[in-house]
Order: sequence, then structure tokens, then C-alpha cells
Amino acid sequence: MKLKALALASCMAALAAPAMAEGVKVGMITTLSGGGAGLGIDVRDGFMLAVNQADRKDIEVVIEDDQRKPDIAVQLADKMIQSEKVDVLTGIIWSNLAMAVVPAAVAQGKFYLSPNAGPSQLAGKGCNPNYFNVAWQNDNLHEAGGAYANTAGYKNSFILAPNYPAGQDALTGYKRMYEGELAGELFTKLGQTDYASEIAQIRASGADSVYFFLPGGMGISFLKQYADSGLDIPVVGPAFSFDQGILQAVGDAAMGVVNTSQWNKDIDNPTNAQFVKTFQEAYGRLPSLYASQGFDTANLLMSAMDVADINDAVAFRAALQAADFDSTRGAFKFGSNNHPVQDIFVREVIKEGDVFTNKIIGTALSGHGDVYAADCKF
Amino acid sequence: MSMILLAEQVLNGLQLGVMLFVMAAGLTLVFGVMGLINLAHGSLFMIGAFAAAAVAGATGSFLLALAAALAASAAVGALVEVVVIRRLYNRDHLDQVLATFALILIFSEGTRWLFGSFPLFLNIPPYLAGPVSLPGGIEYPMYRLTLIAVGLLIALGLFLLISRTRLGIQIRAGENDREMIAALGVDISRLYTIVFAIGAGLAGLAGALVGAIQSVQVGMGEPVLILAFVVIVIGGIGSIKGALIAALLVGLTDTLGGVLLPALFKQFMEASAATSVGSSLASMAIYILMAVVLIWRPTGLFGARG
Repeated sequence: MKLKALALASCMAALAAPAMAEGVKVGMITTLSGGGAGLGIDVRDGFMLAVNQADRKDIEVVIEDDQRKPDIAVQLADKMIQSEKVDVLTGIIWSNLAMAVVPAAVAQGKFYLSPNAGPSQLAGKGCNPNYFNVAWQNDNLHEAGGAYANTAGYKNSFILAPNYPAGQDALTGYKRMYEGELAGELFTKLGQTDYASEIAQIRASGADSVYFFLPGGMGISFLKQYADSGLDIPVVGPAFSFDQGILQAVGDAAMGVVNTSQWNKDIDNPTNAQFVKTFQEAYGRLPSLYASQGFDTANLLMSAMDVADINDAVAFRAALQAADFDSTRGAFKFGSNNHPVQDIFVREVIKEGDVFTNKIIGTALSGHGDVYAADCKF
Repeated sequence: MSMILLAEQVLNGLQLGVMLFVMAAGLTLVFGVMGLINLAHGSLFMIGAFAAAAVAGATGSFLLALAAALAASAAVGALVEVVVIRRLYNRDHLDQVLATFALILIFSEGTRWLFGSFPLFLNIPPYLAGPVSLPGGIEYPMYRLTLIAVGLLIALGLFLLISRTRLGIQIRAGENDREMIAALGVDISRLYTIVFAIGAGLAGLAGALVGAIQSVQVGMGEPVLILAFVVIVIGGIGSIKGALIAALLVGLTDTLGGVLLPALFKQFMEASAATSVGSSLASMAIYILMAVVLIWRPTGLFGARG
């Protein structure tokens, strides 16, 4: 008798399941502890701000911390797909974690919306119709750095990045656009904190400009030491070393430095103005580009939910591809490989009152996609 | 390669070396005297940097910040010794590693809970900022010269402490035979707390000094901890003299390797491949150095223990 009741209950649960699946369940795997947690926290806060503002009942978000470890990210993804039964995954910050999670998740028919990492492997041959990148392809901001160097008239750049895949992609991206000579090219250790030796080499190289990709704490160390060395060769970098979270830690050493970004808080459109205002009200700090990416990711997802049912994968995919939402970046559309085609701006670090922040001073690349799209065949 | 560049790199190597020494001195004392492997030494480095950043932010004084770093990390060190470490002396090394690894996690998340996830600001004081001109036309940052001087002073101070004071005699005796000095009436648990606090204070001071030119963030201590372990293994466990010489060796190898190896490979390879291979080999240089030293002298340069 007991057995029968149990069987009946499970049948009913099975029947009830499709009815519950009308809403969308989102699994967010992001970095909330350890080094680099600031990025994950910004993505999460931006994403949740959009969800809370929409105030809809049909979206549920499960958030987990990957601790920046690929094995943990994989475990979390398995758990979210198998026991939490999420429909959409998002949140991963780092390319190596994305490479560990995304191919398996999309192979199981889940949608993955990347709010940050855009490794070249997922943009070219390894692209997937269920994988959408809402931020950028990894090379993009560096290509913009190279394009800016041309317009600024730099002829002899010294370039450096950490010796790991994203670092190598960064310098490749810069060189793809940059037309001048190289005064030097250096790969530093990942996580290196002392750049005295590199700065001495820059001094000796006779370069007219420096381009560096040193995300997070590495960039803070480099900029402080560079400012103290007395070198006055102009420095250019991607937004990753100049986001709102770390600028305050760099302080005066960052003043006036030019950097490239697809977003800034002064991009003039109503969505962005509203986003910057409400983010500050909700969290008491200025948003970073990561927060804007999280915000855009949530709005993209909800725009697709308005026109398609998540259970109809073909329709939902088409709705995502249409990208019919108001982005904080203004114009936003996907290229043929589901990566953004967008403007990338040149910013300068300024001080507003006591707070260091960025101001747009020009556009490096307009309507820019990525070179890997040509290799992507769905 | 110009002589100026080379001279500048030697100074950089020295600076890295003396800061590694300040970090490693405490580690080698604790390991030598107490036989304890303390993985949380890097956390004390971080605590020093955070204390300095907090005090510098509140008062604007760099000297006060350094004093706070020293005091905070020594106090935390003493507290940790009394609460946790004391229970580990008679356990084997695996238990010590597990317990002190747990301390790393506790300190990291505790610091995040107190200070948030974003890096803090700590800068060089204005009177030490900017470059100075040295003989031979070398432009070198004033602050890094100061670090070299401070590091050497600390080395001298430690040398005097160990060789000339009563505490130093007890520490040396503790390294050789802890049962015997306990039997002679020395309060061994008090001695351990003091040694641990000195080591912690030095780590915290190094964190504050280095934090001014780096990023003050959670987890900043662990990369330095690995280098500090390399230093004490090369120098010989428990030997302050060994730690100083090994720290300078590691600092110079790391810095000069990073400059000279890519340049060497450029002689017979294409530039960008030479950079890549040279950089990879340079990252390995200190570990190769460690391996060579250990083959030549299995207990390190000045190590007594087998």
C-alpha cells in the first residue's frame, strides 16, 4: 500500500513538473571568494539588479561560488543541470573555467549566456548555437588598444602580458590592429607582483608607448611601480586594469591613463543612465564594466523570455539571437557566432571628487566583431 | 644589454631578495625552533598589509601604518600560537599542514568579511616617492632603495638578536635540543610564543612594505609564501644566515633570469618564440637553483638538520 502511494506521488510529481517549468530557472556560477571575487560580485549584482527591477515571477536564479577553480565550476554545473534542473547557465568570469563548463553544458541542450569570458575557442570552430557571449570576445579590447595606438601615432610600442592563454591572445589581438614597430614584447609570470625588472627593460628599450594586459592585482602593482619609476612613456591598457573596483586601489598612479572598453558609465542612453543610478542606490558603489555585463545578460535573457518559451529551444534561440533589449552600451547585436558586434571606446582615468573613474574620449573601433566568426559553422 | 640596465636589475634582485629574507626569517625560525610547518605565514604577510592600508587610510601616516602592521601581525601571530599552533607541536607534519592550511582559509575569508572583496589602497609616502639618480646615470626608485636598506637593517638586527641576547641563546638552544632547555628551566611555551610572534611581526612588516608598491588584496601572501619556502630550503632550515644568503640568491636568480634568459634565446631564435621560451625557463630558474643546491647539499647551504 505504501509502495503504491509512493508510486502515485512520484507520478504526480512527474506530471506536475512540466507545469512548473513555465518559468526559467537560471544557474549562476561565478567567483565570489578568493582572488578575483570582485569581478564575480559585480556580475552577480548587475544581473540581480536587472532581475529585481523587472519584478517578474517567472525567473528563478540559483547562485553558486566557483572559487575560481575549474573543477569546482564543473561540479557546480553538473549539480545545477542534474539536480536543480536549470534551463540557462551564466556567470563564469574566467576563460579557463568557461572552457571547462560551457562545451558540456551546451552539449546537454542548456543555454549558456556568458557575462564575461570570451575565449577564442568558443568563438571559432568550437562555437555552439546555444552559447551566447554578451560581453566581448577576449581579443576585442586589445584590438581596440592596437587601433588606438595607430590613431595616437605610436610607432614603437612595448607590449607585455602574463604567460597564459588569455595573455597570449591579448598580445595577438593588439598586434592584429597595431601597425607600428615593437620595441619589445614580454611575457610575465601569471600572478607576478613585482615589475621592477620589466620597467627597467621598458626604460632601456626606447619605446614611445606601452601596452599592457595585467588583469586584477597584477595591474595595480604594475601601475603603482610604473608611476614611481619616473618613466613618462604613455601607457595604454584594456579596461580590466581600470575598472571601478580596482581604480581606487591604484590611486593617483592611474590618473590620465588611456584604456579601452565596450562600456562606461557616461555612455549616453536612458538605459545606462538608469542603470548607473539604480546600481549606486542598490549597492552604494559605482558600477564597473562587469556589472554592466551582468545587467545586460539578465536583460537579454528576459527579452527572450517575453517572446519565446524556454522549452521551445529553436524559438528561444532565435529570440536570444535577435537581442531585442535595451543595452547599457546602446546599440547591441550578435554576429554570426553569437558574439557581440559593438563599438569599443577609448577612456581616460579621471577623478570625480574623491573617486577615480573613467571618461570616454573617443571610439577605437565601431561595429566591431571578431575574426573567429569566419570559422564558426553552426 | 647595457651596463645601466644590468646594474638596475641587480638592484631589483637585491630588493626582491631582502624582502624575501624578511618574510623567510620568521618562517625559518619557526620551522627551526619549533619544527612546525606554518603555511599560514603568508596570511600574516597579508594581515600586515591590510593593517597598514587601514591605518594609512585613517591617519595618512606611513610610519604609523608600518607600526600598526608590525603590531597587528605580531599580535595575531601570538594569539594563533596560543590558540591553535600550540596543539600541533607534537603532531606530525601532515596535521600541521592541514591545520595551518585551514588557517589560510579562515584568515582570507575573515579579511574579506572585514574589508570587502576589492583591493585596498596603500601608497608610498611622498617623501620616498619618485626616482633618484645614482652614480653611473642609473635612475632608481627611492622607495626600493629604502626597502633594501630596511631589509639589511632587519637582517643585522636579527643577527644581533640571535647571537648577542639571552633570547637568542634560548632560541639557538631550542633549535638544538628542546627537552634539554626545558629541563634547564626555560619556559619553553613562552619562548615559542615569542618566536612565533617575532616571525609573524616580520612577515606583517614585509607585507606592509611591499604592499605599498603592490596590490593589497586577499590572497596576496600565498605566492610569497612559496618563494619563502624555497628560500628556507635553499638556506637550510633554521639558519638566519642561510635565509639571508638564499633570499639574495633567489632574488637575483629570479630577476636576472627574467632578463637574461629571453635575451640569450634571442641570439638563436625568432624574437617572439624566444620571449615565450625564455620567460617560461625564467619562471623555473629558482626551482632549478633549489634542485641544484639540494643535490649538492641535501640539508641546504647552512642547514644542520638531516
